[in-house]
Amino acid sequence: MNDLSVTDYLETDALTNGAQWLTFVLDGQEYGVDIQRVQEIKTWTQTTSLPNSPSHIRGVINIRGAIVPIVDLRKRFSLEEIPYTKTTVVLVLTVERDDKERIVGVVVDAVSDVCDANEDQLRPAPDIGVAGDTQFIQGIMTINDQMVIILDVDRLLNTQSDQFADIDVEQVLVGVGVETDEDAPSDVN
Amino acid sequence: MKFDLSRFRDTFFEESSEGLADMEASLLELDAGNVDSELIDTIFRAAHSIKGGAGTFGMTEIGEVTHQLETLLDQLRDGSREVTPELIDLLLRSADCIRGMLTQTQANPDDPPKHFDGMDETLAEISACLWGDAAPKGAPSDASTISQADEPPEEGHDGGGEGASGWNISFRPYQGLLQFGNEPVRIFRELGEFGHLTATADWSQLPALKEIDPEGCYLSWDLTLEGAATREELMTVFEWVEDDCDLTITPITSATGETSEAADEDMSEPIAAIGLHSDGESPRVERRSGPSTDRRSSQKKPEDQGGPSVRARSGSLRVATEKIDSLVNLVGEMVIVQSMLGEIGEDFEMSRIEDLRSGLEQLEQSTRELQESVMQVRMEPIGHAFQPMPRVVHDLSKKLGKDAQLTMSGEMTELDKTVAERISDSLMHLVRNALDHGLEGPDEREAAGKDRMGTVHLAAEHRGGQIVIEVRDDGAGLNPERIRKKAIEHGLLEPGDQSSDAELFDLIFHAGLSTAAQVSDVSGRGVGMDVVRKNIRALGGNIALKSKVGEGTTVTIQLPLTLAIVEGQLIRVGVETYIIPLLSIIESVKLEKSRITWVPQIGPVYHFRGNHIRIIPLAERFGLMGDATEMTDSMLVIVEGEGHVAGLVVDELLAHRQIVVKNLDNNSEEVDGIAGATILGDGTVALILNVGGVLNMQAEPQLASA
Repeated sequence: MNDLSVTDYLETDALTNGAQWLTFVLDGQEYGVDIQRVQEIKTWTQTTSLPNSPSHIRGVINIRGAIVPIVDLRKRFSLEEIPYTKTTVVLVLTVERDDKERIVGVVVDAVSDVCDANEDQLRPAPDIGVAGDTQFIQGIMTINDQMVIILDVDRLLNTQSDQFADIDVEQVLVGVGVETDEDAPSDVN
Repeated sequence: MKFDLSRFRDTFFEESSEGLADMEASLLELDAGNVDSELIDTIFRAAHSIKGGAGTFGMTEIGEVTHQLETLLDQLRDGSREVTPELIDLLLRSADCIRGMLTQTQANPDDPPKHFDGMDETLAEISACLWGDAAPKGAPSDASTISQADEPPEEGHDGGGEGASGWNISFRPYQGLLQFGNEPVRIFRELGEFGHLTATADWSQLPALKEIDPEGCYLSWDLTLEGAATREELMTVFEWVEDDCDLTITPITSATGETSEAADEDMSEPIAAIGLHSDGESPRVERRSGPSTDRRSSQKKPEDQGGPSVRARSGSLRVATEKIDSLVNLVGEMVIVQSMLGEIGEDFEMSRIEDLRSGLEQLEQSTRELQESVMQVRMEPIGHAFQPMPRVVHDLSKKLGKDAQLTMSGEMTELDKTVAERISDSLMHLVRNALDHGLEGPDEREAAGKDRMGTVHLAAEHRGGQIVIEVRDDGAGLNPERIRKKAIEHGLLEPGDQSSDAELFDLIFHAGLSTAAQVSDVSGRGVGMDVVRKNIRALGGNIALKSKVGEGTTVTIQLPLTLAIVEGQLIRVGVETYIIPLLSIIESVKLEKSRITWVPQIGPVYHFRGNHIRIIPLAERFGLMGDATEMTDSMLVIVEGEGHVAGLVVDELLAHRQIVVKNLDNNSEEVDGIAGATILGDGTVALILNVGGVLNMQAEPQLASA
């Protein structure tokens, strides 16, 4: 009996041919997410705020009948807030938590590119000694001579109470940059 | 292949649990001394389908138990066994056992357990009943009965086949056998794998060539198989055809080593009973569609319209074809209107504005109808939630030594499937309560001049936009004085309390108060009624209790028909729009600042119609910017939630309308004070307040400071 299902086949295929990443900019730094997690890219629309929720949760919007929370990544990473512009976009991502698939939108400065890269190009994020701070980074890749921080969306958008604290991304990035890529610090600062 | 089967497995589990529910309901009817061949047929059919399915999916253990059960039922059907309460009990227990086995198998699809709790006991009981006591009339000779009784129960089904060196099989297919894709040659080939097979064809039924239906089967066979095969194994081979043929399998016993006529006669009787029911097969097939369906429809909604059994929370819904057809029609209409509107939009001139308007009107009409039809799909008769109750009453009254009957009315009343599922446990609790401390024992009842048999009545009806469910018993009623005494003992009331009866009855819903003189394992621990009330309230409903000493108790539950649509009042706080469910609103008034008093520890209190109520500025509670901090132009919405009354200060009252409730926690976390969300006409999201939650948000710091 051949037990290999269609989805197994597709997954194997994706691995051997290399994965694709959607990269975006946030405060001058390139970030990337697995493109299979990206459901759509929307322009920013006004949200309905959720009372008494963490500040990085901008509120909820209606995406074809589903109520979807919107996370501001700048706030999540404790970066300086800027007014939303024409290029401000919302990436609508699928996130897995407790074996349940959820849809979450994240606000980023702008979308850059779609890149092909094998997963073995992914380097682990260096340990900066502060427990838990880098766990939302799946790894770091160098694509076209540029350092791209690949985010683990499941961890990043897990809004469980113990992760409510906004992440100080500056600190994390400095730690990351020093050890991997000499271009990085200039991007960050 | 593997994938396909697993898909059918789910269907099998679902259908089996429905079958078991039917079986149980019919058994309980039989119990009332009402021996009806249609009922027995219903039970038999259920067992038969489960057996067939279990065989197909290789669940041999389940197949075995159902098979034994079927044997017993067959005796009931042909009248060779009497219906006794003990027998009904045994059958009910067997049904429980099968249900347990099904559940366990379903829980471990990859590695189905091979041993099940209670399976051996049930099998032993059935065998004991089959072979041990009161052998059925026209049963096998004494010799064979004894030899079978001596065998271990697991082997009982082999019907003496263990000692056989071979089998004589008479295989007489009905004419239609081939039309179902069955192929006798394939069967023979499989039989051949068990040993040496000799087949003799009987072509006496073969018509003249010109009369032959090319798809008909006219041949019959007598087969002799020499080899060690068990009856189960042979049955597996004939599994697909057993309904389409006359089949007799008789062992060639090794002791005599012959295939004598005598042995044949001796054994064929019991085997027909245990085995394939070859004789009774065709009449049963006919009965399968006719009167039995009619009978069911007079009692409850026929199966093709009902939803799945209330026990099966598999998340699937069985919907009547007409309901789906009407949906398809409506969608068709909408597509037409939509394309018409699209065309108007393509090349629009002001002269076509009338067309546009009428198109939009049509669209509105269709949308409303579609909404109603979709809600209809989710509706199911409350009878499904009542379904487990007869069994509860049957088992419990026996256990408590009380005579009790259950009557029902309004089982056809429809309500949302989700609501029906979520009240099922509460109803169960109320019925148990009614039996345990509502109804008196038979002697006590007789002494009070009542019928020895107590009655619990379940009623349901639509009243306004709600469904009202009553659980009524004609028992002793609640004694308000006893409640008062208990409440004082528990410190819920001050000694010398003068509460009215109604207030005392309300205490029943408080945790920690049980008026049962004795705590039993059935009820009386005082946990329960409070949980019931909490559950009902969580569904947006209400529960009330009325009782009269000596006459009985009535518990009335009011529930919304559906959870998916609520009437809501739109309000504005700052830039945000919220929705307050209309059911929670008592009234809305303009806030008069002079009526506000600031009470330390509590905050602002509003003097309203002689009462002082707490007021909650919603903007402050939700951390928003309201219009004015002074509350000058604000409105006050008086709301009630979880037993508290308070006023919510809002900036403006907007429209009130029907809203479709969406879950918030599908994608994000639950938020305190928010029950869900909806999408407004302009596509934005508005949050629906959970009034109870909002009031409790206020209550917490208060407790801390007190």
